[in-house]
Amino acid sequence: MEELSWTGSLGTIMDPVLYVVAALFVVLVALRVVLSLFVRAGPGVVAAADGTATATGGPVGLVDTGMKLSGLALIAVVLVYLLGGAVAGWPGAGIIGGMSRQFLPVWIALVATFALSLGFKRRLGLYGKLFDSVIGMIGFGLVMFWVFTGIFSAMDLIATHAPLDQISGMKNKVPGTPLRFGDEGAYPYYLLGGDNLARDVFSRMVTGSWVVVQIAPLATLFAFMVGITLGLPAGYYGGKLDTFLSFLANLILAFPVILLFYLLVTPEIVATGIPNYMATVLFVFPLVFTGVLINSRFHTSPMKRNLLIAVILGAMLWVYLSLISAGGTKVDVLPYWLDLFDIPGGILVVFVSVVFVNSPTVFRIVRGLAMDIKTRDYVAAAQTRGEGPWYIMLWEILPNARGPLIVDFCLRIGYTTILLGTLGFFGLGLPPESPDWGSTINEGRKLLTIYLHPALPPAFALLSLVLGLNLLADGLREESLKD
Amino acid sequence: MGLFILRRVGVMILTALCLTFVVFFLTNLYPNLEKLAKTQGNFRMSDEAVETYLANHGYLQPTPLKYAQWLGVAPGWVIEGSDGELRGRCFEPGLPAEEAPTFCGVLQGDWGYSTVFREDVAEIVSTRLALTGKLMFWVMLLMVPSALIIGVLAGMREGSATDRTLSTVSITTTATPEYVSGVILIAVFASSAVGLKWFNGTATSAMEDANFENFFLPVLTIALYGMGYIARMTRASMAEVMTAQYIRTARLKGVAFRNIVLKHALRNALIAPFTVIMLQFPWLLNGVVIVETLFNYKGFGWTLVQAAGNNDIELLLGVSVVSVFVVLITQLLSDIGYVYLNPRIRIS
Repeated sequence: MEELSWTGSLGTIMDPVLYVVAALFVVLVALRVVLSLFVRAGPGVVAAADGTATATGGPVGLVDTGMKLSGLALIAVVLVYLLGGAVAGWPGAGIIGGMSRQFLPVWIALVATFALSLGFKRRLGLYGKLFDSVIGMIGFGLVMFWVFTGIFSAMDLIATHAPLDQISGMKNKVPGTPLRFGDEGAYPYYLLGGDNLARDVFSRMVTGSWVVVQIAPLATLFAFMVGITLGLPAGYYGGKLDTFLSFLANLILAFPVILLFYLLVTPEIVATGIPNYMATVLFVFPLVFTGVLINSRFHTSPMKRNLLIAVILGAMLWVYLSLISAGGTKVDVLPYWLDLFDIPGGILVVFVSVVFVNSPTVFRIVRGLAMDIKTRDYVAAAQTRGEGPWYIMLWEILPNARGPLIVDFCLRIGYTTILLGTLGFFGLGLPPESPDWGSTINEGRKLLTIYLHPALPPAFALLSLVLGLNLLADGLREESLKD
Repeated sequence: MGLFILRRVGVMILTALCLTFVVFFLTNLYPNLEKLAKTQGNFRMSDEAVETYLANHGYLQPTPLKYAQWLGVAPGWVIEGSDGELRGRCFEPGLPAEEAPTFCGVLQGDWGYSTVFREDVAEIVSTRLALTGKLMFWVMLLMVPSALIIGVLAGMREGSATDRTLSTVSITTTATPEYVSGVILIAVFASSAVGLKWFNGTATSAMEDANFENFFLPVLTIALYGMGYIARMTRASMAEVMTAQYIRTARLKGVAFRNIVLKHALRNALIAPFTVIMLQFPWLLNGVVIVETLFNYKGFGWTLVQAAGNNDIELLLGVSVVSVFVVLITQLLSDIGYVYLNPRIRIS
């Protein structure tokens, strides 16, 4: 079989178009930026509410229109590639087409999400408002792309080969190389080439997304639970408690992150059980948070409260215990038949250290917000009503701090993704054959000057996910500031 | 002000003590010591041999006592080993045991001895720090001016095409961690397969003789990540200043836009980014570790990785003391600088 080209037979027509359109777009963008520095105003001037004026028409306006049109054309060309690929698959549309075909479930899910969200956007609150901002939509699209990729790859719908399969003769082969000794029914190409151990780069990248999509949001959520549970009282009460907790937070923040990882994630430390004890402490916070949340709201009707606490906290306690206890480690509290699931040792350690590193920053943000909001009138009103301090913190202050917190949550997932990649890059925590992006980049970089293709796909994947999260946060911030 | 600085210094020392104790505690856990004994002795040591080795070298004393010895507030250990040899923490090779000082810790200026590099910790840390200092100097020289220019250009007309483009650029650079941008930059500029081959993919030769070809990529990689963040802060601060009353007054007076930006807005807009730049140091330290590993530049970050990977206790402690002090001192400087730069605080 022949080697696949990037764009296949579709490319013979579309490639020249792509080059022309892309070049035009780049030139126009550059021109627009340069022009906006020197040319002041065109013939038509529109005054904005803040007293500044924007030029319309004239040379600037002309370039503006051109830029928008060429940008749209560029998007259209890319869509042609992706759609053509999704329809035709690898024989017709090359590597891009082959990948697009593999991502078919993701495309369908993405289109469905966007169609539904755009259709009901007025009824969806802040989430719906996100679809008013282009930046936010792009970010959301990128993030959801990787989320769906992660989910579907866990269901084994996307990857062409198993992430650990080594096929002989495929070591360091360039993208689009056909399998030499493929089994019947196996996918006949390595779409993005083979890595140093003759594994499929594309499949590893896709499978690696599941690791990130699983750990990053959950770890961020736990960090937020810890940060909120400690930050609210620190900001609300102030005083000695605040001094003490802030000192602790600064202590962790002054630690170089990588040193901390090296100290926490090595096998020797894992053997002492310290990460397990840390997990035991850190994972209590969601329980404390929920318990206080329910109690402060329903303590006036004890029957309802007792019922709620018994049901919700009971379930959470069970999950908590089966989360922290694993056979053979230092923390082994649940008997085998009660243990719901075991987290693989490496993942738990990575999870704990990422939560540990992230929570002080969240603590500082929440503390600052609480200090600001506690001076508001509605807090004074609640105090006059005789509400308890925890009710005020969790049901008055926290909901009013949600805007900045949601934005920071998105940013922090991105940061967590970067941290996970850093861990993988230094070969810490996750097993060395793990397909997560950081480890793959680390493996690929060793031969980087000779073979580019094993390191670049995971690098771009990580870049696009974090970029998507940052754009999403930006869009959310913009939209939440509007009202 | 004096009291403020004094209190901050006190907190700083307390923080440094706590952190070094944490590092000390974690590196002195038994599995770590066992690994150390095996790398120092041989890998096939029996458990008893490990135990005697550790006992003979003073590792099995209680951790607080060892920590006090490291600090130099407790007399260094002198142990007559099971093999009959007299060993002491403060013994120098070639010097009779009687002449060894009683105290030898950080307070006496003795940072200990690296088990990996077989050199004095103080020596290693100072040479490596100098190398990293060179790297950081060029990073700052590249990062700070370009970030400020991007930020000011973007923030002076909020919502314009320049703003949109530059903001997208800065968001992209903040979203690209060093190990991603480094890989991409090497692929584009240094790969021997495809690419431009303008620069070297390693910076090992830059340790003695840094030139544009072997030093630009590592500098650019660190600078890019920090640049976006500073640029966004500068943009936000610039955009805020541009809506202030006195800018509107200047506009209404008919001052040229260039003068408004350069003479009225710029100075006030640069107060906030100053703190951000100072607070970037801890982050840059992170980036330094990644970039030095990626480009094989044997500076401070590379030493950290080596020390941590081999559980070189005293080197690791030295490294963490230095990095913690770098972080804390920059925090202090940023606070003091903020007070001096901001006339509203300075005068009241």
